[in-house]
Amino acid sequence: MAAPEDVGMKRAHVGKKKIATKRYWDSAEKGEKEDGDKEQKEEERKKHPDGEMPGLEKKRKMKEAGEKKVISGKEDPFPGPAPIPKEKLKKFQRGEKTKLSSETSGRLKETLSRSEKASDLAQTQAARYDLLLPEDAGFLEGDEGEDTCTIAQEDIADAVDITSGAKYFNLVLSQFGPYRLDYTRTGRHLLLGGRRGHVACMDWQSKQLMCEMNVMETVNDVKWLHTEAMFAVAQKKWLYIYDSNGIELHCIRKFNDVLRLQFLPYHFLLATASTTGFLQYLDVSVGKEVAAICTKAGRLDVMAQNPQNAVIYLGHPTGTVTLWSPNQREPLVKMLCHRGGVRSIAVDKTGTYMVTSGLDRKLKVFDIRAFQPLQSYFLPAGASCLSLSQRGLLGASTGNIVQVYQDVWGTPVKKPYMAHRVRGSVWGAQFCPFEDVLGVGHAEGFTSMIVPGAGEPNFDGLDANPYRSVKQRQEWEVKALLEKIQPELIGLDPGQLGEVDRASWEQRHQDKVQALGFDPLAKEKFTPRLKTKGRSSSGKVEKRKKQVAHQDQRELIRQTVEEKVEKEKEKKREKSKTDQRSALDRFRK
Amino acid sequence: MKVKVLCRNPDDYVRETTKDIQRVPRNYDPSLHPFEVPREYTRALNATKLERVFAKPFLASLDGHRDGVNCMAKHPKSLSTLLSGSCDGEVKVWNLTKRECVRTLQAHEGFVRGMCPRFCGTSFFTVGDDKTIKQWKMEAPGYGEEEEPLNTILGKAVYTGIDHHWKEGVFATCGQQVDIWDEQRSSPIRSFTWGVDSFSCVRFNPVEAELLASCASDRSIVLYDMREATPLKKVVMKLRSNTLCWNPMEAFNFTCANEDYNLYTFDMRNLDTPVTVHMDHVSAVLDVDYSPTGREFVSASFDKSIRIFPKDKGHSREVYHTKRMQHVICVKWSSDNKYILSGSDEMNIRLWKANASEKLGVLSPREKAALNYSQKLKEKFQHHPQIRRIARHRHLPKAIYSQGKELRVMKEARRRKERNVRKHSKPGSVPVVTEKEKHVVTVVK
Repeated sequence: MAAPEDVGMKRAHVGKKKIATKRYWDSAEKGEKEDGDKEQKEEERKKHPDGEMPGLEKKRKMKEAGEKKVISGKEDPFPGPAPIPKEKLKKFQRGEKTKLSSETSGRLKETLSRSEKASDLAQTQAARYDLLLPEDAGFLEGDEGEDTCTIAQEDIADAVDITSGAKYFNLVLSQFGPYRLDYTRTGRHLLLGGRRGHVACMDWQSKQLMCEMNVMETVNDVKWLHTEAMFAVAQKKWLYIYDSNGIELHCIRKFNDVLRLQFLPYHFLLATASTTGFLQYLDVSVGKEVAAICTKAGRLDVMAQNPQNAVIYLGHPTGTVTLWSPNQREPLVKMLCHRGGVRSIAVDKTGTYMVTSGLDRKLKVFDIRAFQPLQSYFLPAGASCLSLSQRGLLGASTGNIVQVYQDVWGTPVKKPYMAHRVRGSVWGAQFCPFEDVLGVGHAEGFTSMIVPGAGEPNFDGLDANPYRSVKQRQEWEVKALLEKIQPELIGLDPGQLGEVDRASWEQRHQDKVQALGFDPLAKEKFTPRLKTKGRSSSGKVEKRKKQVAHQDQRELIRQTVEEKVEKEKEKKREKSKTDQRSALDRFRK
Repeated sequence: MKVKVLCRNPDDYVRETTKDIQRVPRNYDPSLHPFEVPREYTRALNATKLERVFAKPFLASLDGHRDGVNCMAKHPKSLSTLLSGSCDGEVKVWNLTKRECVRTLQAHEGFVRGMCPRFCGTSFFTVGDDKTIKQWKMEAPGYGEEEEPLNTILGKAVYTGIDHHWKEGVFATCGQQVDIWDEQRSSPIRSFTWGVDSFSCVRFNPVEAELLASCASDRSIVLYDMREATPLKKVVMKLRSNTLCWNPMEAFNFTCANEDYNLYTFDMRNLDTPVTVHMDHVSAVLDVDYSPTGREFVSASFDKSIRIFPKDKGHSREVYHTKRMQHVICVKWSSDNKYILSGSDEMNIRLWKANASEKLGVLSPREKAALNYSQKLKEKFQHHPQIRRIARHRHLPKAIYSQGKELRVMKEARRRKERNVRKHSKPGSVPVVTEKEKHVVTVVK
């Protein structure tokens, strides 16, 4: 019962001591307060004899710094826009800045500076957005003295959360192996093709089987097309296209004995390499063969694509790697990489590095912009299947061991980042996009292993979205088809189209002719007029023609001689200007 | 062992309910977006093709006149109102949004030669073959009222054109002389003559409001200052100019439509040579009107087509024609810069879009953004041969096409002949005359 009393007391107490909140209208009190303030200020002024008050000083400083006070009166501890690291800015830089010479006209200068400003803004905004990306890449660090390559997959799967742990799994398919595999560009779907005819596709994260069948023929390679609705299978004789339910859509008889497949997603081209040495391109959006190139290099069983410029890389038993585009019958580049045959090629995402392995048991890294070797490693057993992840990890398999290397093009690598032994000899290996997973197809089935730090953590929702709905996929498909790049635009430098075309003289002349409607430099052919009384006999006509020709020639000679004389004169004038003999000239020879 | 594996929570990437919009996380890393330039090029190519696909400029045909449409006038205050006068003396007022005639009045006997609204938009003036100037109310007369002019001035000779001052109650007519009238008086306050010829067109300068220019039938263009008693200066050309129009933004420039199939843009301060010669028509140019932005103008020609020229380009960016359109006599560019109106011989007024492929109506923000983007792309890749070819292609009626070809051949022959003459005469005796200099005979001050 004491509590209410207490409350009452408190209230009374508070009521007594309560100071009425000041309003702007009660001036008397305010005046008093101000008086008090004044006194204080006087004192302070005495303390600072030069008349400057600390508060004022502070204010001035704030003004100088350009700071703004927020409503609460506190200062912003991080004023101004957030600073952007330089490397982030560099990542989004496109090309060099244009250098304006003094001769450029005012209007051009203005246009260029405006566009430069716009691109600078875009660059900083993109870099700033980069700071806000939600996901971070994975990593694996050993304890002191522990090698990361000794850590077993089971331990990793144990240590991480359940969903990630479930990404390590084995499919025991010993009957129809060895297996080749392919992931879709979004990384959601997996396609398996056993050498003895077993083809299966599934959503590997939810382990949902989409279709499974046996084509009752040798399967050389499998590849997803632009979406998870269709895939291509290179069978013993022909190339087949199935849909995700396993229904045969096409049997393409123009493509025979295909060994390897590559799909160029932005061009909708399926590139095939066959035993007969043919490199063929199929436009999957219209179903037409775009190009069939006879490489004259025998059996083609090593193939890779450069994701940056859509050039196809073929490896040959002679140790050469050739680069192909559908527009040229000859290779764009031919480079000798190994002393023995080439076993496997991988090209990184940025199109900067190529990793090759050969029968000479070497693993080599090349800079494919300059076509220069960067690193060369010796692997005791050689590597058969190479695969590069989005973040630059290299998966290499030797026999039944899969090794993963980190940063092979930087400092020379001493030991692998990770290693894993699978049951059978490895037949195909591929990193899953946007996941820390390396899929390995081997003689005894398929193994999905966890490789922390392999996948790109942040995907772009408009390009390859692992979480897209059916509707989104359909929309993306229409957009992608609309901006399908024509195969004619495939070349070593994809940015060439955006550069200034320094037109040759011929080209400019042609344009001028077109604009004017006549050729200002054309020489008219002389047709001798018909004259009577025997003056148009063939001899006379010939004579007249010669006369005219000689006249023209004489004119030309006269001009050149005049020019020469003028030049000589100019030279003499120059010489006379500088020709002040010095005493040392007598020793000159 | 420390390990972290990529593991995304699907809730962060998938929308919560089906009523939501989809989540689209972005990553602008250039290495995730290869083929930047080829893809942009493809987009630009598609945008250019779509532009040509959607280029349907013809909107409506306003019929109702019983003779050829001889002159038109824009309402200064109302975008939807248009006035037109025909060769039988009838004037019609049109509502452009409803595309119907709202008022008809028999203004003159014979042609309505010219008409212009008052700057406030309450009344308009017409001149006709019956030697009268009439002022009419813009509003239709009430029920039971007679259609009568506010004011009628009876002149001595036929008036061929009229234009109103932009700010004051003063207007100018032309006929055998150029007269300046005060609205309150029945006789001209000033008359200008220079020679004895007749004038076909008079226009007030929109900025230097006291200045005016006129086209005379002695092939000259004369400039006047209203405050002075005599004309300022004139330029005589090879052939007669039919009409002229001042550039509303750079009011020292004017463009005249000439009988020699060309249009000439002059700088008022230097009449010796035109600033630009606009060639493309294959017959006499009858009328010209500037867009309110002053960057482009439209011209009407006897070759049954209208063309749109950028003010500083020698060739047209657009040509409009239909099978039924005959000689186009008058043309106007609407004050909102969106439409073009042309009146032609076969009694119709046609409404065109100024930008042939523009989508009319309200655009959603996404549509707007997409249009801006494609516009920028088109601009960026405009010089690529494939894109340029598609963007430049225009279908022409066979008559215009073959006539154009013939003119080119003739021009080339003339050029060749001149060159040969120069080759076979004393050096320096046959000077090179540029295309701009060719058409001006003399300037008189």
